[in-house]
Amino acid sequence: MSDMTPIGQPLLEVRHLSKNFGPVQALNDLTMMVRAGEVVALAGDNGAGKTTLIKAISGVYQPSSGEILLKGKPVAFASPQEARDQGIETIYQDLALADNLSIGANIFLGREPMRRKYGFLPVLDRAKMAEAAKTTMALLDFHVSRLDAPVSNFSGGQRQAVAIGRAVYWNAQILIMDEPTAALGVPEQRKVIQLIHQLKAQGRGVIFISHNLQDIFAVADRIVVLRRGVQAGERKISETTHDEVVKLMVGG
Amino acid sequence: MTSPPIPHHAATGHVAPQADHADKARTLLQRIADLRAWLFLAFLILGFELWSRISFGGTFLFNPFNIQSIAVFAVAPLLLATGQTFVIISGGIDLSMGFIMGLAAVVAAHVINWATPGMGFGLAVLFGSVVAVLVAAIPGIVNGMLVALLKVPPFIGTLGMFGVARGVAFLLAGGTTVPVKNEVFSALGNGKIYGVPYIILVTAVFVLIMRYLLGQTKFGQHNYAIGANAQAARRAGINIKWHLLRLYILSGMCAGLAGVLYAARFSAGAAQAGEPLLLDSVAAVVIGGASLFGGSGTILGTVAGAFVIAVIQYGLVFINVAPFWQFISVGVVIIISVLIDQAQRRFSGGRQSE
Ligand SMILES: Nc1ncnc2c1ncn2[C@@H]1O[C@H](COP(=O)(O)OP(=O)(O)OP(=O)(O)O)[C@@H](O)[C@H]1O
Ligand SMILES: [Mg+2]
Repeated sequence: MSDMTPIGQPLLEVRHLSKNFGPVQALNDLTMMVRAGEVVALAGDNGAGKTTLIKAISGVYQPSSGEILLKGKPVAFASPQEARDQGIETIYQDLALADNLSIGANIFLGREPMRRKYGFLPVLDRAKMAEAAKTTMALLDFHVSRLDAPVSNFSGGQRQAVAIGRAVYWNAQILIMDEPTAALGVPEQRKVIQLIHQLKAQGRGVIFISHNLQDIFAVADRIVVLRRGVQAGERKISETTHDEVVKLMVGG
Repeated sequence: MTSPPIPHHAATGHVAPQADHADKARTLLQRIADLRAWLFLAFLILGFELWSRISFGGTFLFNPFNIQSIAVFAVAPLLLATGQTFVIISGGIDLSMGFIMGLAAVVAAHVINWATPGMGFGLAVLFGSVVAVLVAAIPGIVNGMLVALLKVPPFIGTLGMFGVARGVAFLLAGGTTVPVKNEVFSALGNGKIYGVPYIILVTAVFVLIMRYLLGQTKFGQHNYAIGANAQAARRAGINIKWHLLRLYILSGMCAGLAGVLYAARFSAGAAQAGEPLLLDSVAAVVIGGASLFGGSGTILGTVAGAFVIAVIQYGLVFINVAPFWQFISVGVVIIISVLIDQAQRRFSGGRQSE
């Protein structure tokens, strides 16, 4: 990573961000920050504005007002591609994997490496893809026996790891995940939590949305609670309780 | 990869060992299913060989005339089917290929006739063939724009083009066949080198190129990805519209080449040249292991599929069975193929690419 932000330094700042869809004020004057090596959980009731917030950060939506700073510099992303080029990778709930392709092919989807066969014929460099898949997955402490198998053969947690692995390989400094554990069984949820721990240890910033307080308390450093588009509160995980968070979520 | 190596935490993501066993069984099943077209082919050839020995006391397979006839028979459906393989893997279908082939055959015939006096035999053939393939790209462009830009479902868009290409081809042909007077062209269609017909050589080289394109290039890789999950492909930055446009141009040009070789073989262009071949081409792709849901299929599978159909059609004539049995046999093979595909889908969520 060419310019890894030192751990603890601000990576991403959101200041007074608002977003409305016509009359619907989905996000209202929201401020938050993510530091390098920090995991921030977004919590809140259905329709609180969590997805809207991460979509505004990742370039899917243009904010109605407010600003986003990446390593101290104001940025505006016209598309998710632009955000990705700057190191902000979003892992959607449906994972966006091509099920019929291998881990390596998924990591390199859209930016496949080529080599020259017989010195002239450009062909896909499958060896490089497999090698990258192996090292990347090992970096996530994730060991798959069959690197050439299509990812459809893998479990939900493994596929989550592939999606995360792709972001890691392409040097994402900030990973945004929308309910990464929602569709998984309990053992698989634990693996994903472990993966988030790994990302944190590598000095990346992580924002993840979850409805599961257990997960949040297992891995997050801080929690930002949204209520009807407004920031209802922000707590260090070490200084709060399930009860307090629930109160912030429902109000009152 | 430039991130610093991080010491591993407690093991987290190991694939459970007991999963390995089921994994292997699944892989084996997948292999067998992927090879089903070759198995069909082997059974068919074995069957005809036995029949031939028992009732005629002669060989079926080891008769070079039979092999050559089957191969020549397979040329046009195979050319259509290679293009169709790409389209079906992308999750689409191209129903217009048969009449694009006819259109190209008629255009090749006209242009070669027109150019021969001025250019001489050889150059006229080259010129006419190139023009015919380029003309075949035009309906491909329209198909591509309908599917990629206007979001018309491929089945409907190419069905429309089926009608348009058909009408234009018949109009250009004046409602009849267009004979070609050019001996180089008929030599191309019927001549041999070391006993191998030119059209088989041209087809073999073309199939190899298509196999390379599907299996070894970004275009092929993106084609698989789009067929499996277009949303994922888009998020990965693949330009889907541009891909689909090129895809339908490619299938149009495959049909164009088939049309040129048809016209060479019969020294005539006919609008209906490809009419019965379109469904054969789809059948070859499906028998070859591709799924009509998109995302899977291979060129080699399609080659096997095309030969399964050709062997059935030729073999039944060879053993003097009423030709209508062809339809029944090919139909049965298609149904079995699709059943295998679905059974396999139930076992594993998806399939491997080439
Ligand atoms: N594209 C859109 N157009 C109009 N309204 C929208 C759009 N996206 C979100 N909204 C509205 O904005 C509000 C916040 O939605 P958002 O999806 O951000 O909530 P959420 O916190 O992610 O909820 P959940 O927990 O159910 O995923 C809701 O009232 C929603 O109906
Ligand atoms: Mg949401």
